[in-house]
Amino acid sequence: MAESHSPESLAEREYEYGFTTDVEQETLPPGLDESTVRFISAQKDEPEWLLEWRLKALRRFLELEERETEPTWAMVHYPKIDYQAISYWAAPKQQLVESLDDVDPELLSTYEKLGIPLEEQKRLAGVAVDAVFDSVSVGTTFKAELEKQGILFCSFSDAVQRWPDLIRQYLGSVVPYSDNFFACLNSAVFSDGSFAYIPKGVRCPMELSTYFRINAANTGQFERTLLVADEGAYVSYLEGCTAPMRDENQLHAAVVELVALDDAEIKYSTVQNWYPGDKDGKGGIYNFVTKRGACRGKRSKISWTQVETGSAITWKYPSCILQGDDSVGEFYSVALTANHQQADTGTKMIHLGKNTKSTILSKGISAGFGQNTYRGLVRVQPKAEGARNYSQCDSLLLGDRCGAHTFPYLEVKNSSATVEHEATTSKIGEDQLFYCRQRGISEEDAVSMIVNGFCKEVLRELPMEFAVEAQKLLGVSLEGAVG
Amino acid sequence: MLKIEKLHARAGDAEILKGLDLEVRPGEVHAVMGPNGSGKSTLANVLAGRPSVEVTAGKVLFEGRDLTELEPEERAREGIFLAFQYPVEIPGVSNLYFLKAALNSRRKHLGQEELDAMDFLTLAKEKAKLVEMDEALLNRAVNEGFSGGEKKRNEVLQMTVLEPKLAILDETDSGLDIDALRVVARGVNALRAPDRAMLVITHYQRLLDYIVPDVVHVLAGGRIVRSGGKELAQELEEKGYGWLTEDAA
Repeated sequence: MAESHSPESLAEREYEYGFTTDVEQETLPPGLDESTVRFISAQKDEPEWLLEWRLKALRRFLELEERETEPTWAMVHYPKIDYQAISYWAAPKQQLVESLDDVDPELLSTYEKLGIPLEEQKRLAGVAVDAVFDSVSVGTTFKAELEKQGILFCSFSDAVQRWPDLIRQYLGSVVPYSDNFFACLNSAVFSDGSFAYIPKGVRCPMELSTYFRINAANTGQFERTLLVADEGAYVSYLEGCTAPMRDENQLHAAVVELVALDDAEIKYSTVQNWYPGDKDGKGGIYNFVTKRGACRGKRSKISWTQVETGSAITWKYPSCILQGDDSVGEFYSVALTANHQQADTGTKMIHLGKNTKSTILSKGISAGFGQNTYRGLVRVQPKAEGARNYSQCDSLLLGDRCGAHTFPYLEVKNSSATVEHEATTSKIGEDQLFYCRQRGISEEDAVSMIVNGFCKEVLRELPMEFAVEAQKLLGVSLEGAVG
Repeated sequence: MLKIEKLHARAGDAEILKGLDLEVRPGEVHAVMGPNGSGKSTLANVLAGRPSVEVTAGKVLFEGRDLTELEPEERAREGIFLAFQYPVEIPGVSNLYFLKAALNSRRKHLGQEELDAMDFLTLAKEKAKLVEMDEALLNRAVNEGFSGGEKKRNEVLQMTVLEPKLAILDETDSGLDIDALRVVARGVNALRAPDRAMLVITHYQRLLDYIVPDVVHVLAGGRIVRSGGKELAQELEEKGYGWLTEDAA
């Protein structure tokens, strides 16, 4: 009889994007105190109020660290991080440039290796890319075209210089500097990120996109993203990431804030493929992210879609504060953990306004020794008359050494609310695999097909080109698990 | 085409097949009948290469090649098709997509050009008509929420699209009403060809009114205990299996 394969062995595919780029770095020595924050702020020529804001965050962070209040409730395990051993600043020497011709060719070739040539994208895909290479933006495209419509889209640092009032108005308004341990750290030392503002009644004509990349060894990356959709505006924002192979763990603590005013809609899509560590669990990114959107206006809508296949550890809960009456929050998630990856991810839907609606659809896939946790909170406050939530959390297991965990928290303080929760756990069975193979489909293709089928409802929420990438990514992340 | 000699096979701890011999030539339709637990499905699974069934002794040759050396997908691409007794559901994967992947893996193996989406759709619709399958089912997820009859029709649809050399039907008639049975039989009969062989596994003689076999075998206690022409099926219908299984014991 032919040798049979265990499905869990499918989970061992080498990381495809493991290369580093030889670009000179300007790096601050490891350590974190006021001088670090002052240095970063000065590098960016920031206004005094922003420096003060950072310093408040730093003091809060140092206080929390001293009291050892780094969160430990998530189902993830990692050695204690020495925050003084991290370098908080690394920037490519070449700063913001006028055109792609002025961009360091090394950087451009990195993007090409990743399959995201900027020029190609400019011409073909109609996507404006704000490419973040480590900490400083190196190229922003389509800016002029967007500005014609009054859309502001640029690096965060750039926005601080050009539209300080908007930044001051919205920065920290969704995720306060003191929000949580990692948000404090980010607020103190954030390096750069993206900013977008869509004015009243404007439908952003293209998908806005940022590619992140961590490139400096031992340098945490602290991104800050702020998107504001003014009344009646619409924007679809894409975020995708890959990182070079590294042995040291790299800390990433980003903060993303979204604000939707009356009748505005923000669609935020992420494909996250950072280095997950090797098959023995060595190395990989720690991805501790705070993402939150405020549906501040009536009938506003915020939709998070994420495909998380990378990182050694993922700690991430893209959430919605449903403040405006009739506002809508959505969370669609695929999280895949293979080898020794750990993910504790989910969402918070906070219903404050009347007739607010939220949908949660979470698909967790575990293979190898992967540990996958869904953690979600649905809170209906007393004034949220007629609030509705539907949650569905499905887990798929490959093999018998991985784990899937579901922690749904429901807090309903209004009796007119309707809250539904469904959860399933299934295994890719021998029957399914054999059925596919009996039809001539290889085991690897069968697993990829079954996993993609399992995630279909989430994947179809992604913009087309992203969905294709995500499908490939799921296949790639699970390939090699056979044999 | 298929030659099985002194085959012993186990599923789990239990030895199910105990010295089975069988030879099937191109163009022939063989029926394998027998009581429950006689090893009919195990035989089908051995031929298709189900990992949980282990061949412990004997030979299985397909066109002269040792089948046990081949992975299940390789056997499929060589032209062995198993219509499952219990077709499997694959949520989220469309029937069309699945079938196209299956067909193209076989075509690629045979050095033929892979079919593009449009050509494949035309083919699939044409074949769906043959088995009177609702086209809407083509776009649904594989077998998900299908009725028992729809699942069996889907198996026959896959078979007619893949055009195997050796088709094994594992109790394809079970759970079908008479109309569905006719449709399934029509699909199967349409595939009868001089270069194609079929192994029809069934518990009841009923199916053989529609798919008339060249040879009928009775499987009992893990071995073929009697072979004969189509009239053997009729005899079984009248007398049951008891008189044969007693012989086997």
